[in-house]
Amino acid sequence: MSGRLLSYLVRFARALRSEGVLVTPEQVTALARALDSLPSLDRETFRLAARATLVCRREDIEPFERVFDLFFGLAGDARPLVLERTARPFRPSRPLVAQAPLVPWRRGDDHGQEELPLSDRSFSYSPLDVLRHRRFEECSPDEMAVLQRLVRGLRWALPPRRTRRLRSSGRMRRPDLRRTLRRNLRHGGEPLSLAWREPSLRPRRLVVLADISGSMERYTRMLLLFLHALVQASGQPLEVFLFGSRLTRVTPMLAQRDPDLALDALGRTVPDWSGGTRIGHCLHVFNRHWGKRVLGRGAVVVIISDGWDQGEPELLAAEMERLQKRCHRLLWLNPLLGLPGYQPLTRGMQAALPYVDDFLPADSLASLEALARRLGRLPLSRAPRRPGAPGSGR
Amino acid sequence: MEGTPLRTRDRFASPEEVAQALESVGYIADRALAVAVYLALKLERPLFLEGQPGVGKTAVALALSQALGARLIRLQCYEGLDLQSAVYEWDYTRQLLEVRLLEAAGERDKGQIRRHIFSPEFLLRRPLLQALEASDGLPPVLLIDELDRADEEFEAFLLEVLGDWQVTVPELGTIRAQVPPVVVVTSNRTREVHDALKRRCLYCWIDYPSFEKEYAIVLAKVPGAPERLARQVVAFAQTVRELDLYKSPGVAETLDWAAALLALDHGSLTAEVVEETLGALLKYHDDLQRVREALRQGLLERALARPEALA
Repeated sequence: MSGRLLSYLVRFARALRSEGVLVTPEQVTALARALDSLPSLDRETFRLAARATLVCRREDIEPFERVFDLFFGLAGDARPLVLERTARPFRPSRPLVAQAPLVPWRRGDDHGQEELPLSDRSFSYSPLDVLRHRRFEECSPDEMAVLQRLVRGLRWALPPRRTRRLRSSGRMRRPDLRRTLRRNLRHGGEPLSLAWREPSLRPRRLVVLADISGSMERYTRMLLLFLHALVQASGQPLEVFLFGSRLTRVTPMLAQRDPDLALDALGRTVPDWSGGTRIGHCLHVFNRHWGKRVLGRGAVVVIISDGWDQGEPELLAAEMERLQKRCHRLLWLNPLLGLPGYQPLTRGMQAALPYVDDFLPADSLASLEALARRLGRLPLSRAPRRPGAPGSGR
Repeated sequence: MEGTPLRTRDRFASPEEVAQALESVGYIADRALAVAVYLALKLERPLFLEGQPGVGKTAVALALSQALGARLIRLQCYEGLDLQSAVYEWDYTRQLLEVRLLEAAGERDKGQIRRHIFSPEFLLRRPLLQALEASDGLPPVLLIDELDRADEEFEAFLLEVLGDWQVTVPELGTIRAQVPPVVVVTSNRTREVHDALKRRCLYCWIDYPSFEKEYAIVLAKVPGAPERLARQVVAFAQTVRELDLYKSPGVAETLDWAAALLALDHGSLTAEVVEETLGALLKYHDDLQRVREALRQGLLERALARPEALA
């Protein structure tokens, strides 16, 4: 392999990285070896060899093809283009997006400051106990800031799931012949003392689908803070999707340690802040494209929404049924549920309710604390779903 | 095979030869797969195949072992798969029995007993060890099927084995492969397999096949299927895949369906025939309903009107 070709490959790898395809030097070396071992090298073979060695996930195939065409020319022209500047697609820079008007994840403390008379602000602190039970939408910005600090401090975890992997155990569960034999070789192999094993435990995955339509904004933000606290404290596997008229996966953004930065990043990624809420459609997209990948091994699914759905209730019901069948437990948090006299009568809520295992309010700190306690005490087994009732299968 | 067996890495001279060899045993490979297989053999790296269920990932390993004339060793993954099931296990019951026998025979030396019962005679060789130990000429093809079903602990272990081609049995020492086996790893993507493992492999995403490829597969795999029926079956399967279904039919389902139609002696597709046998193609109640609805709106006519179906 000539040094020149190798340096092209290195630059090609760099171009791929700038497009988000993570390529290791080891993979570049593998490609160099691959090219050496091919008997003849037309452009197509080169492309396929590079793809087999440098790409290792399906999502990367498309950017790979794009960079390849740019780098090595579309017309079979072997002369690489200077790529570093041109290949990068237009991405609005950070300050530009931060100015976008409809980002609802602004920090709680600059929330609607204009409308609020100064006098109201200065006298708005309530004793903690009152605050704990106050609905989020009735809180002043300062109170919200206090609540957010409190929420961040909540410590809780989902109970683990039992895996099929066995670990050694002091309790009498299943005999561990391997350790039994080893232990008893000391006295000549007579199995006098038995060793045991039992299933090991693993954290259960939590999947959150949160409504970000206008009316839900305040609650969703608090709940995401709540979940962020969970993830940062326990390292529990979490997947978060936001929906309005479309579904967006925002899991990577929540990896940020600072909750405010995390939520700001989140606000920038989601394309549709306005527009209607199509819960059924979004659940359909979730079930079809993500369900198989994130619901494996008994996930707990939490939907956060007030149930105002502008789509077909039949679609919502069908997708809820499918979702419930595939998860360990399905919770629906509805902030309106805390209102005195609220009845879940909207068509969407009516369609969804038969498939919900737990229907809970989430409108104040107290209700979040109750939720944390509830989630922390979920049983190891699945939610009981009455046979013959919707949700228990046809 | 005549003469001394070649090392697998020098078996094929080009990706085209790989494609031909696979075709001769009934597997129709496209160029991307042929290049990946060729490089996997040449560079002695594992081949990592991802794709929807039923697109023929496992079949690649079967075909490859046939084409190479090598033994196929299969490791089916599942949650909780551990070293005892994947690599080796001591035959404890026999060991315990042997201890009794030795004692009855008057053996008192504990070191002697230990050495005796932890000898290869009492070792149960599981697929990974079998694949590394094989020394009879050609290295075997090791199929690690549905790795996404195993857990992260197993993946981490596998990463080690695939890097060094060796495992250590504490009682016996390190067992190293003389010639690395040909490794094919498959995943249905029910979970993301860690990148570190995938980067060690040659990656190939297997998509649903094109009409021509699927047609060739049906002809190769369903002997006796009339060409007209095969064309219609494939055209219908391809059209159904364009619908928004939970589980689109894979190649495996197309083959099942073609075989079912052949067994029922149907020479071509009609609305009644499709209605009766749709269960071979679709496995979800919702999907069945959806396709039945589409049939009422002319799905079959659309499928049969495709230019490929008529040729």
